[in-house]
Amino acid sequence: MSDLRELYQQVILDHNWKPRNFRKLTSPTQRAEGYNPLCGDRVTVEVALEDEVIRDIGFQGSGCAISKASASMMTAALKGQTVSEAEKTFERFRAMLTGSESNGEGAARLDKLAVFAGVREFPSRIKCATLPWHTIHAALAGKTEPVTTE
Amino acid sequence: MKMSWDVERIRKDFPILHEEVHGKPLVYLDNAATSQKPHVVIETLVDYYSKQNSNVHRGLHQLSERATEAYEGARTRIQRFLNAAHSREILFVRGTTEGINLVAQTYGRRAVGARDEVVITALEHHSNIVPWQMLCEEKQGRLRVVPINDAGEVDLEAYEALLGERTRLVAIAHVSNALGTILPVQRMIEAAHRRDIPVLVDGAQAVPHLRVDVQALDCDFYTFSGHKTYGPTGIGVLYGKTALLEQMPPFHGGGDMIKSVSFEKTVYNDLPYKFEAGTPHVAGAVGLGAALGYMEELGLERIAAYEHELLAYATARLSSLPGVRLIGTAREKAAVLSFVVEGVHAHDVGTILDLEGIAVRAGHHCAMPVMTRFDIAATTRASLALYNTREEIDLLARGLGKVREVFH
Repeated sequence: MSDLRELYQQVILDHNWKPRNFRKLTSPTQRAEGYNPLCGDRVTVEVALEDEVIRDIGFQGSGCAISKASASMMTAALKGQTVSEAEKTFERFRAMLTGSESNGEGAARLDKLAVFAGVREFPSRIKCATLPWHTIHAALAGKTEPVTTE
Repeated sequence: MKMSWDVERIRKDFPILHEEVHGKPLVYLDNAATSQKPHVVIETLVDYYSKQNSNVHRGLHQLSERATEAYEGARTRIQRFLNAAHSREILFVRGTTEGINLVAQTYGRRAVGARDEVVITALEHHSNIVPWQMLCEEKQGRLRVVPINDAGEVDLEAYEALLGERTRLVAIAHVSNALGTILPVQRMIEAAHRRDIPVLVDGAQAVPHLRVDVQALDCDFYTFSGHKTYGPTGIGVLYGKTALLEQMPPFHGGGDMIKSVSFEKTVYNDLPYKFEAGTPHVAGAVGLGAALGYMEELGLERIAAYEHELLAYATARLSSLPGVRLIGTAREKAAVLSFVVEGVHAHDVGTILDLEGIAVRAGHHCAMPVMTRFDIAATTRASLALYNTREEIDLLARGLGKVREVFH
């Protein structure tokens, strides 16, 4: 059960049940769709940018607990950040999961998002956690093509 | 029947079943994706490469004769297994996918023209959808899809209504990989033949579980994969009636499929070699022969009866679990339990079961239109084989209890 709790931490389960910012924005300035063809997870991320600052952010879609919680916590973490801060957070988050960063410091700066560190031990589930992040990355870059994890 | 089926002894034939996963004994319930291999198949491969390996149909030397004999022996064994009229009607291919593509690209490209139709069902695996879509796109033909009901059964009235003047081919699964439905292929073939429409049957999920008699079915093409039927990967079979195979152009060009070649003209070889360009997967064919021999030794009727009983047990067991809903409840089913757990995505179910040592498939099972039909993104699928046990079903049920524990 220990591996299991490592992956499905209470805060992840909580965000899965009650996802934050799970809504359509009234006037988004950016929008992107993400799709994982392997499992069928779909996410749409919308952002309202104002002077390079994320004033509002929301997501919709369907997916597993990991992808839904990741999207929910991502929106909570990025609201109020500038585009370049958001990109840095994305890089840190990705590094934490894919292991391109040794450890420690980056994860510490991720604050609450560090609960996803356990996903690293589940290679088949890493894409579930990163899908919403790749999607907002595309939205901020103004890409219109849907993002896929493959 | 129960008494004579010694599942513990049978399990000893499969070395991989004694592996551990995450420190727990493996419970392998992903047989519709691929089945495990008995010793006799593994040993046949070792033996072939140790004592017989050579190229087939060309050497004058002893080894080549041995390899050819083993390869053609496997063909004859498969002919008998399917009760085909001639061994020349048994073509070796890489698997079901290649078998279907072969028919689409040879028979299909000649038979289907603009506004012509190919009929499939809403239950098909992507490999019995996409080759026909590609063909229809190229020829400006039309793909027609027979609907299914909420239990996952084909609507036979709708099927017959779809068969028309422009139908050039019917291509249907024998058993649905996503839901386990056994299709009434005999009736469907009869209905098509009343209009002189040939029928291809995708038998990938049927051959491991049911006795298949291609002459009794009177199907025009039948195809299956070796790896789902206790044999090696990379080998499969396409059965076709002689008269059709003879009319068809070759699929691939190359060695072995010719009688003579000059730059002006090539004369193609006779059946079945016309369709077997290049050095075939000889070891795979021999291994598949051994796998089917293993099944025959156990007895196809006995395998079906045991699996039927196990499926009934598993169906009752899973139905009794709170929050678990079976998808696919056809009256005639084989070996597949597809289900959703209320409020939990199939991938989360799959991960939690994996940590318990239980291998299932989670996702759309290469049948996205089936998921759309039931308005779900994915299911968890437990698929049974002749070596699974009631105890394993109990472990699955206990694993699903853990899923609830985590998510509630």
